[in-house]
Amino acid sequence: MQIPDVKEKWVSRINEVTIGATSEQGGTRSKTITVGGQSTLPFLSFEGESPHKTVIAGYVADTLPNWPDVLKDAIGKEINSPVEWAQKAVEEFGVDLISLRLIGADPAVKDKSPEECSKVVQDVLKAVDVPLIIWGCGDDEKDNHILPECSQAAKGENCLIGSAKETNYMTIVALCKADKHKIISEAPVDINIGKQVNILLQDAGFDLKDVVMFQTTAALGYGFDYVYTILERARIAGLKGDNLMAMPQICDVGGEVWRVKEAVADEDILPGWGKLSKRGPLWEATCAGVYMHAGADILVMAHPEAISIVRKIIEKTE
Amino acid sequence: MILIGERINAGFKDIKEAIVNKDGDVIREWARKQADGKASYIDVNLGTASNKAEDLCWMIEQVQKEVDVPISIDNNKPSMLKEAIPVCKKPPLVNSTTAVEEKLDEILPIIAEHGASIIGLVMDEAGSPKSADKRVENAGKIVAKAMEYDITPDRLYLDPIVMPLKYMQDQAKEILSAANQFQLFSDPPCHVVCGLSNISNGAKHKRLINRTFAVMMIANGMDAVICDVLDEELVNAILTAELVMNKEIYADAYLEAFRK
Repeated sequence: MQIPDVKEKWVSRINEVTIGATSEQGGTRSKTITVGGQSTLPFLSFEGESPHKTVIAGYVADTLPNWPDVLKDAIGKEINSPVEWAQKAVEEFGVDLISLRLIGADPAVKDKSPEECSKVVQDVLKAVDVPLIIWGCGDDEKDNHILPECSQAAKGENCLIGSAKETNYMTIVALCKADKHKIISEAPVDINIGKQVNILLQDAGFDLKDVVMFQTTAALGYGFDYVYTILERARIAGLKGDNLMAMPQICDVGGEVWRVKEAVADEDILPGWGKLSKRGPLWEATCAGVYMHAGADILVMAHPEAISIVRKIIEKTE
Repeated sequence: MILIGERINAGFKDIKEAIVNKDGDVIREWARKQADGKASYIDVNLGTASNKAEDLCWMIEQVQKEVDVPISIDNNKPSMLKEAIPVCKKPPLVNSTTAVEEKLDEILPIIAEHGASIIGLVMDEAGSPKSADKRVENAGKIVAKAMEYDITPDRLYLDPIVMPLKYMQDQAKEILSAANQFQLFSDPPCHVVCGLSNISNGAKHKRLINRTFAVMMIANGMDAVICDVLDEELVNAILTAELVMNKEIYADAYLEAFRK
């Protein structure tokens, strides 16, 4: 019996987005990172091409996050300095790029000034030579103050800047156009708003080929399946020719997983769940690995063991 | 939705005169307007203005001077198609063949040779069918022949033949039912197309009838349509129907995004 051909015929490709700039390109990075470009769904190498492997961005914050000891200890004392943390992530954890979160700017955290934030950006850029993702603190009003300074401090480095939402996209578009950075478009686990934000970016004159989509991220057990299906549906739409959904996608796995009780509470609180030192990194690695299946191109990760597990999965992909 | 712009047709007085007088400006202007209206193909029809292949080629060239939208060659004569298809810069859509076997054996090899696409009208020697069943039967003949010539489903458009609502009111239901069944021939299915304005032929409320029928056809699998792409309300209804059918992902600005 002849085996039927099950190959799907996609009509389109996912956009390729390059982050970082070398000295020839006007930056100071030793290499650039390119994501996207797929002509098929993840892991279906028999059907089409996935020219760029999923990349891991090391989670770094300007201020110590509210994380469990098991994670802080695994990263080490360097976690107290964004510069040292970034260096360790690149040199020891082997991440492809750095994802810098300026959480200290949040008025409810340390309310750091735009100058303090841009100084961190500059210091991290000096300390490591991989491409950089820069996120604000998540407070729209404050981000509108700090991101222009940070963007300017990183001018020419072709960073990926996050994030543009329905409420604040104009500022992000203006600064990314002026300083030639790429944009993360964000929607709150909502594919329709995701598409809408992309339309708004396009209307504002930003080239959608310079956009990476972010549907926020959920940890396993906390709406994981919702985010999974959105990533997958967006990817399918992109492959089917919807150029408003043909962007690479980013997941903030590290930033999300280490907030849920399964990755935070040890056996004394969750009897029968196994040691947290093992369970925590596994929770993060599992989430990241499954998001790869859904269509994630950039995984922001924190725990060195989780990074190592996911790195092995990535290396096996074709 | 694959929108096929119907306006460059010698049935319209300005086009007929343009062909007779070789006035390329008129052709190019309609090509531009329809391309701006997001036509996926621009239909080119000589009608009774001429029966010369060189005139058909001239029309195609005029369109291609102005826009890079692919051409739908509205002609069924193999001799004309052999000359017109090579003029097209992008693989054209040929409009059309019937389900008559000799006709299929004449036209499909030309389509296959040039990597073109083809609209198959589900009429046979006996003319236009009256029932859904006969339409599906004729469609089956076209699908089988297309397979014989290695024309894949994505290059085959089945047209159930739309009849005027005003004069043949019982037909619309049959057409909708046939369109629905066209999707079952293959997986992935071939395209389903129709010449939309036939439905409102002779009627008073043409545009309302056109868009109502378009929406109902989309609910029954239509994914391509020969129509007035400059009828904004029609195109809006089509875009909305595609959302209702979950063919596209909803966004609040879906109408604006289409026209961007």
